[in-house]
Amino acid sequence: MSEVEVLKPGLYTSIQDLGRMQSAVYGVPRSGVMDSLAARKANLLLNNSPDAAVLEITMTGPQLRFQAEAQIAVCGATFELKLNDRPLEGSKVYSCVTGDVLTFGGLKQGFRAYLAINGGFRSPEILHSRSQYAGITPKSRVEKGDHLPFVAATTEKNSGARVQFPETGIYKNNIEAFPGPEWELLEASVREQLTNGSFTLLPTSNRMAIGFKEAVGNELKGITTGPVIPGTVQLTPGGNLIALMRDCQVTGGYPRVLQLSELGICTLAQKRPGEGIQFSLALE
Amino acid sequence: MIPQKPKISRLGERAVLLQWDFTITPENLNWLLSVKDFLLQNAIQSKVEVINTYNSFLITYLSSIDSVYDALKRLQSVDFANIPTTDLQRKTYHLPVCYDAEFGLDLEELSFANKLKIPEIIELHTRPIYTVYFMGFLPGFLYLGGMDERLRISRKKTPRQSVVKGAVGIAENQTGIYPNSSPAGWQIIGNCPVELFNPQREIPCPFQAGDRIQFFAVSKAEHQELQEQIKAGTFQLKMQKR
Repeated sequence: MSEVEVLKPGLYTSIQDLGRMQSAVYGVPRSGVMDSLAARKANLLLNNSPDAAVLEITMTGPQLRFQAEAQIAVCGATFELKLNDRPLEGSKVYSCVTGDVLTFGGLKQGFRAYLAINGGFRSPEILHSRSQYAGITPKSRVEKGDHLPFVAATTEKNSGARVQFPETGIYKNNIEAFPGPEWELLEASVREQLTNGSFTLLPTSNRMAIGFKEAVGNELKGITTGPVIPGTVQLTPGGNLIALMRDCQVTGGYPRVLQLSELGICTLAQKRPGEGIQFSLALE
Repeated sequence: MIPQKPKISRLGERAVLLQWDFTITPENLNWLLSVKDFLLQNAIQSKVEVINTYNSFLITYLSSIDSVYDALKRLQSVDFANIPTTDLQRKTYHLPVCYDAEFGLDLEELSFANKLKIPEIIELHTRPIYTVYFMGFLPGFLYLGGMDERLRISRKKTPRQSVVKGAVGIAENQTGIYPNSSPAGWQIIGNCPVELFNPQREIPCPFQAGDRIQFFAVSKAEHQELQEQIKAGTFQLKMQKR
């Protein structure tokens, strides 16, 4: 097995795939890439399986040294990227040789980028996934000095490959959502606020949940603890909205007022704290 | 028993939520789990993940070729009223708990607040046979029903930054065990040395919804001995079939 050495970890970099889909019954969060569109695209560029493990890079990126030949692609948020001294573009395949250093510089657009490598990162699978999560994998994220395993590239068949994806304004500011299980219990005025209001991401947002600053009215009591999934938007007793993200618990007791679509989750994953969004409600 | 039609709705693009409006009892849980088995055998052909809570199921369709709309229609045509409660072949497990003051950080507080002597608390906590409803909150955290109302106490005003693995707590009318070290708002009354969750195992938790749990009190010395047995892999969980 070859390795990528982590010279600097960045703010919050973790190994993620499409998550643990069979362990919720044990109370295990799903985890997996926050923006599955971007991660799938990066894997597609390299001819990888869609569930190949990638590095999820948040706001401030890492510096990595390749200890073998590799092919890479970076999708999602745009960073100033350099391979040694040479600037790289996103959404394009590059070949690296032993000793090459990949540096993520300033963040230009979006919030989370995905670095895919030929064949995917090969850290051990735990409960059928490589996604890092505290208490499941030995580490909850990538740290300085870590050696991330992969299988060295043998050919360069994909170099220069490009894939066209919709990527305007990293999915724009409307978050696609469906009415949640408790939507019908909301007063009309609250529904109106959810449909037409703007909401600002709180700085406490993370892979578990994204909170919003603006409160709406809430006359609802808690519910009997019930299932929740990534994209479930809960309404707290104080009237605040919390969008559960990939590392969320499997059950919750707050009313579930909205359910984001997969595109909605991916779009929200690309928003920075302080940015504003609107929910775009698909009524059935 | 209220066999009735659930509210069936889509949750996102890949899952269907079935919700009932019945009271939380072991009998209703048995029926709910019987329905789950029935649906998996008769109404669902796809690869799915099903989780239950007190009165709902979430069925997640794992393959992207499945149409959740078709699944929804199929589930709406199920005659839920005629699904019988079946024998789930569940087990009763006996779990050791050490209620020594070293572990029972809030025993004094509970004793004072509920006017119970500490041996009475231990007696009330070890007497019931609890029902495992589901797991959630933390990996391997069991939602147990059946606690004696005399032990009811509200959560800590200020949650602790961390409690140790195995901490046994009470919050409102619930009791539970922290499977790992965690920040905790529950009142801590003891420690259970049994490993409740190990992600390295194919089946990471020995229990499932519908199982029963009874606690028995052990001394500090016994607790330590059990910990050593668990470390050495020689510990056998006490269990009986119902």
